[in-house]
Amino acid sequence: MRSKVVSIEQALSVIKDGTKLMVGGFGGVGSPPSLIEGIMNKGVKDLTIICNDAGFPHIGIGKVVSNRQVSHLITSHIGSNPVAGRLMHEGELEVEFCPQGTLAERIRAGGVGLGGVLSDIGIDSVIDKDKQKVEVSGKTYMVEPAITADVAIVYAKKADTLGNVIYDKSARNMNPLMAMAGTTTVVEVEEIVEVSALSPEEIVTPGIFVKYVVQSKGVDWKWVWENQ
Amino acid sequence: MGMGESVRDMLARRAAQEIKDGMIVNLGIGIPSLVPNYLSPDVHVMFHAENGVLGMGPTPQLGEEDANLCNAAGYPVTVTEGASYCDSSIAFGMIRRGLIDITILGALQVSEKGDLANWIVPNKRVPGIGGAMDLAQKSKKVIVVMNHVDKYGNPKVLKECSLPLTSQACVDMIITEMAVMAVRDEGLVVEEIMPPYTLDDVLRCTDATVHITPHLQESEKE
Repeated sequence: MRSKVVSIEQALSVIKDGTKLMVGGFGGVGSPPSLIEGIMNKGVKDLTIICNDAGFPHIGIGKVVSNRQVSHLITSHIGSNPVAGRLMHEGELEVEFCPQGTLAERIRAGGVGLGGVLSDIGIDSVIDKDKQKVEVSGKTYMVEPAITADVAIVYAKKADTLGNVIYDKSARNMNPLMAMAGTTTVVEVEEIVEVSALSPEEIVTPGIFVKYVVQSKGVDWKWVWENQ
Repeated sequence: MGMGESVRDMLARRAAQEIKDGMIVNLGIGIPSLVPNYLSPDVHVMFHAENGVLGMGPTPQLGEEDANLCNAAGYPVTVTEGASYCDSSIAFGMIRRGLIDITILGALQVSEKGDLANWIVPNKRVPGIGGAMDLAQKSKKVIVVMNHVDKYGNPKVLKECSLPLTSQACVDMIITEMAVMAVRDEGLVVEEIMPPYTLDDVLRCTDATVHITPHLQESEKE
């Protein structure tokens, strides 16, 4: 069985100017630090990022946003990253807001080959503008289209060399959903193990969804709660 | 923001009284996150965090933090007995299915009909929607904890919200440093006045049609 383990540089070769990129994590927790660092060093521009939030200016995908490498952001929240708010108001960053649960389901739908999901979250708010509506069993729902991406980068606790993945506590968040929704999915892990080292029962993301596995160099940012 | 520590704690203590044994509770960031500090020891609840923790526990000791175990604001937490982790899809599945008994969140504005605005000040501030839309629309009870007026002294409890809505007619209770108000069928009802404020203060700082519980009226007259 061929190993999916590659170098970070090799994995990054799939990320180019204009790539539509899903990034796992929630406030930076569960975002892949070494791949993010690699994207910054590579200097690719005009990225479309799909992420739960905009991280913090120096944490998670927030670093790439602060570095002005992102032109489009599909997300639920940017409040923790004032740089994202400033770039948005200056017209440098286009932001599409989506309620968090709906974002998760749109990504999941993309990952499992559905066209979208029906949801009534936010149906009478500003987000229901221009949304197609359908009635099912007497209730009105919005059609929320599925989201896929050219590349998904996710962070996990362990993967075997076939790309079977398990996550760690709340660092799971959007990661398993995005792992399914990327045309090319790269998993950055704390530990790479041999095939059969993980119990089939505990695997959250089956390796079929994963193209590359890379070894993480660890988190290289300071968390908001550190040194306070 | 702009509130003394004691006011924040007072609001959190009052909100904690709404939480009953056995409930599933989701807390927003800021003042709502202080609520667990004021729960009576015989009230056992499961705290739900939309980043995928059911059974969130207190803040860990200094030096014992686990960067992979945080709340929805990105701060380290612990877990209690019976806790479970899940992905974002399942975390929000719990919310949409109506399994959250109480959600406590902050607000920019609330209308007398219980409309909630807390995600954007157009052209100024964009906190973003986050999980607030899902939580406000689907939780069994929505409690807003906030300042009674904004930093310019403008009322935040209004006839109609001027800011884009997070969700319509979703708020059940408003707790501020001045009053506790409930959104009922008959409209917005002042149920408690927080000392040292008076009913007059509350009415002056509220830009909505307000009903007053009979009990409160009597106590004000005395």
